[in-house]
Order: sequence, then C-alpha cells, then structure tokens
Amino acid sequence: MNAYVFDGTFPGLLTAVFESYERQTPDVILCSVDDYQPLLLGDTVTVATVEEKARRVWNGLAKRLEREWMARLYAAFLAEQPSGYQHVFSLVRLVFDHGGAVVGDYRNPHVLGVSQLDRKVHREKHRMEAFVRFQQLVDGLYYATVDPDFNVLPLIARHFQNRYADQRWVIYDVKRRYGMYYDGDQVDEVTFSETPPREGAVPQADQFTASELLYQQLWRAYFDHAGIPSRKNTKLHIQHVPKRYWKYLTEKQPVPFQR
Amino acid sequence: MIPRIQEKLSILADAAKYDVSCASSGGTRKNVGKGLGDSHTSGICHSYTEDGRCVSLLKILLTNHCIFDCAFCVSRRSNDIKRAAFTVREVVDLTISFYRRNYIEGLFLSSGIFKNADYTMERLLAIVKKLRTEERFNGYIHLKTIPGASDELISQAGFYADRMSINLELPTEAGLKTLAPEKSHDLVKKPLKLVNTSMQAYRDEGKRIKHVPTFVPAGQSTQMVVGATAETDKDIMHIADSFYKNYGLRRVYYSGYIPISNDHRLPMLGSLPPLLRENRLYQTDWLMRFYGFHVTELLNDDHPFLDTEIDPKLSWALRNLHLFPVDINTAAYELILRVPGIGVTSARKIVQSRRFGKLRSDQLRKIGVAMNRAMHFIWCADRIPSLGSPSAMEIRQHILSAGSRKNTPSSQQLTLF
Repeated sequence: MNAYVFDGTFPGLLTAVFESYERQTPDVILCSVDDYQPLLLGDTVTVATVEEKARRVWNGLAKRLEREWMARLYAAFLAEQPSGYQHVFSLVRLVFDHGGAVVGDYRNPHVLGVSQLDRKVHREKHRMEAFVRFQQLVDGLYYATVDPDFNVLPLIARHFQNRYADQRWVIYDVKRRYGMYYDGDQVDEVTFSETPPREGAVPQADQFTASELLYQQLWRAYFDHAGIPSRKNTKLHIQHVPKRYWKYLTEKQPVPFQR
Repeated sequence: MIPRIQEKLSILADAAKYDVSCASSGGTRKNVGKGLGDSHTSGICHSYTEDGRCVSLLKILLTNHCIFDCAFCVSRRSNDIKRAAFTVREVVDLTISFYRRNYIEGLFLSSGIFKNADYTMERLLAIVKKLRTEERFNGYIHLKTIPGASDELISQAGFYADRMSINLELPTEAGLKTLAPEKSHDLVKKPLKLVNTSMQAYRDEGKRIKHVPTFVPAGQSTQMVVGATAETDKDIMHIADSFYKNYGLRRVYYSGYIPISNDHRLPMLGSLPPLLRENRLYQTDWLMRFYGFHVTELLNDDHPFLDTEIDPKLSWALRNLHLFPVDINTAAYELILRVPGIGVTSARKIVQSRRFGKLRSDQLRKIGVAMNRAMHFIWCADRIPSLGSPSAMEIRQHILSAGSRKNTPSSQQLTLF
C-alpha cells in the first residue's frame, strides 16, 4: 500500500489521481499534508500539485459525469475530512476505470460516502445562506462573519452576489481566516493581514451606523412577536437552529448587539 | 424609549402570526441590472421561532383594524386590543432594510379589512407596486387576496406578487356560518378561481410568446383552522383535495386552533392546540402530493380519523397487508414509495442502485431507509419472507414498542416523516 500526501487543495487531489495512474498504483491511502502520519509499511509519495495534470483529470471527469456529480465531488472535497479526500479520490478512479454510470450505485461505499458528505456540505451551505447576518458599517459596507463547519465560502459567493448586486459586502470566515468581498462589481477572496484575525475581523459597536442599531432592535422585536407561546417547542427550535449557530443571529443576541 | 415603529411592528407581527404559511419557494424572479434580490427556488428559512416554525418572510398585517367579527380571529372588531396601522413607506422601508441584512426572503403582507375590501386591497397593491417598481425589489412577496375586492385590483396585484392566498378559515361552510357569519366559502372560491385562470392563461401564453409578464409564479395557497369546530379528518382532507384539484393550489395549510377567546362556540381558553393532529394532517397532505396516494385510500367512511399513534402511511399499509411484502429488487418505483419507512429520496436511490446488483438490508439502512418500519413490508437480498406472516396488530405492536419513546402520544409538533 502506498501513501500519497497532497497539499490539501482540490487541484492537488486531482494531481494525485493523475500520479496514481502514471505510477500504476491503484490502491492508495490519500491524505493531506496536515493529516499525514508516516506509515509503517509501504512508500510515501509527496504529490506536487501541477495545474495541467489536475485540469486533464477534471476535463476527463467532465466527459464521463453529469455536472451534478462534478459538483458533488467538489463539495465532498470542501468537507475537509480525511475520509472525504479518500472517497473523492477512489470515486474518481472508479469513474475512470468503469465509466460514469458507476455513480448510480449507492451500494458502493465511495458513491455513498461522497453523496453523504455532499449532503452535509450542502446543508451547511444552505445554513450559511440562511444565517449570515449583515451589519452595515459607517462606510456603507455590509459585513458578516461566519465560522462554518465546512469550507463553504466558495459555494455561497454566487448566491450573495446575485442577491445583493447593488450593495458592497464582505463575508469573512474567522476559522479559515479568509473572506469574500463584493465591491459592487465582482467577488474576490480577501484576507486581513495586520490585525489578529479572530478579534480584528469582528467589528465593534462604534463602527455601526445609528440606523443599523435600530434595525437590529426592530428585527429582535419582530422575532419576539412571531412565535406563539402556547406552541413553544424548544427541542424542535434547537433542532432547526443548533446552538452553535446562535452567535450569528441578531435575534439571538441580547440588546445591544455586540460580540 | 421604544420607538413608535417598534410598537407598531410588535402589534402587527403579533396579529399576523396565526397565518402559518412562510414558504418562500417557487419564486422565479432573477436579479437583472443590479437591482436588489434574487429568488431562491427552494426557499430559505432565515430563522425559526421558539415554537419551531420557519421564519422566512417578514409577516405582518398592514393594519389590525377590522370591520369583521370572526370569532376565531384575534383582530375581530369586538376584541379589546391595541390597534395600529403601518404607512406604505414604513412597510417598504422595513422590508428593504431587513432584506439587505439577510434577515428575510421577502414580505408576507396581509391586513384587517378597514373601510371596505377595495380600499384595503388598494393599499396592499400600492405597497407591492412600490417595492417592485421603485425599489426594484426581486425578493419574495406573498400577498393576501382580500375577499370581496374587485377583480381589477386582484388581477393587478398578481403581476407583483409571487404568491397569493386566501384562507378558507374553517373546513366547512357550516362551521364558518357559526363562527364567521359575515364570510362564506364562495367569497374565497371566486378570487381563487380568478387568479388561477389568469395564471394558466399567462403560462399558456408563455409557451408561445417569449416575454410574458410573470403572474403569481409561486401559485396560490390557503389555510384551514383545525379543531375549532367538529369536522372529521376525512372532511378536512377531502376539502383540501378538492381545492388542490379545482383551484390548482400549491399548498393547503392546517392550523391547529389556539384558543384566543372566551366565546362559548369555541374550545376553552387554555386548552392545548391539537398539534399532533395537525402533524398527521400534514403527513396525509404529503402522501397525496408526493407519494401518489388518493385521499380516499387514507381517509374514508370506514376510517374518518387519522391514527394518532402511527403515521398515516403505516396505518394504510397495515390495513392493506395483502399488498405486501414488496420485493425491493424488482418492484415498481410507485410500490416502493408506498412502503412505510421509505421516502422519495431512498426510493429513487433504490431504483438506481439495483441495476448494479441486488440490495441487502444493511445497504438499505445506509441509503436512508428506516428499517424498523420497512422490515415488515419488504423482501431484499438477505431477507426472505417468514412463514406464518404476522398480523397487522402484531406488526403495529412491534413497531410501537421499538420506538416507544418517539411515538408517545403527545400534543407536541413532530417533524414530517
């Protein structure tokens, strides 16, 4: 058994697939450089990411798979889980070896693994589309911080770009220390270099406009009056909005809104 | 100091919350030319109230002043409560400001009837028109049709709203006569029909001509109060079925009655809303719309009430044991869909996967089948029918005891399937 260590990027993973054919090693333990622990037996190959090789693999997949499944492979990769990297790697190899129809076979552990991870990642994507709360800063920028379970910023950027085409916004991932910035024209990846990211990325109360604080107060008032007390069901409530997401939600913050 | 706008918002959100619909799905508006907003086809719940209901839209009344005196309604004119009314500007401003912060998918606007139906409908129309034309807002708008408003106003509103709805309020005409003598089902049917006819006309035209204006793209819905009067589940679901068929409704909502007055015609204050019954009605509704069941299979003269202990699909299967077991590896998709414990997603995966080889029970479990229920109704590669098949009562007991914690009868609202 061989271990392949890749750099944790998607092109890196695809390059690993390319290498496994070139070196004729179908059985591979794939891990990202962050997860790597030396094997007792077998060789370790460090995969150097090559865009051209990655592109050839991706284009090859595109000939064999529907777009839906291409998207699933990418989403499963974004789960950032060791087992996920392995499932994606093995499923890609299965597709090359047996054809695209193989993805219909949910009895196969890699088909099932990728489809289950895709579901998890998409649930998180959907939650971010729901739970992101923008706060308007003095300079007019709409700002939100997130801390998602999976790396979903690449998946949500388009949704927010389409929706908020006429306002500048930033969604910043405090865990992964990068964000998406829309300047009114296009979305770019941004990082904050100087400040310590966790604290510096979160704006303070004096950076908000007065109307921002009023709308937050109005939204809390609305939320408090939207529930029907005689139907109160805390278990169901928490099932829909797990507590780890409460930190995002304006309606869940005590007055005034500060983090 | 609490701003006046906050007081209004509190009063008019309070008055609107008994409308259950908060769907924001089915919208088709796209953001063109850098306006604000873009519909999400499947809808988004931006939050959940403490009773576990979705908050997708800013759901408010324009005013809770009302000339009617419907016994089941908090805004009835004889009720001694605080009254308020928004201005057009205020509703537009709240909608846009909340939307920009990603609090909501859009607006659900309803109103008490002040002066008369046309006067009220005109105000509602003014708001949605301003949102769409002046603010270039492409978010979701659910607009209540005011019964009795002129055809002209209702038709105009259809160009700006994504969804329109009118509530049946009570499942039967007789119930309505007791509690809301000023209303009738006919008053609801007429505008439902008007909007449905226009929707179809524009849809047909859309097939021939390229640029046809959108007209209520997310369709119409209605709502019935359950448990305020003495209808059977059969009455309720047969009426729902006929409204789905005759008026092309997208959704029917069932709202367990929450006692809000001392009126002797209604359940007492303090009695619990029938949440479990409400849940079973929704499950039945789902079976009719997505599982190919006809309403008479689920509710008929022999079975006028749904079983509260077990879900309606299991209940149906136990009454029809002669149709089972179903062979997972050969049966038609429609039959697999009828097996208790198998949903639409699992049924699809089963049909896809079995082309590659026979499915075993551990694989079914991994695909997402609830085997504790399904096992009594299927054959698969490693499950062959047992001799002396168990009776419906035995299966029922087995399933109930296995899931006894989950199936305790209570008035709690359960999740769907």
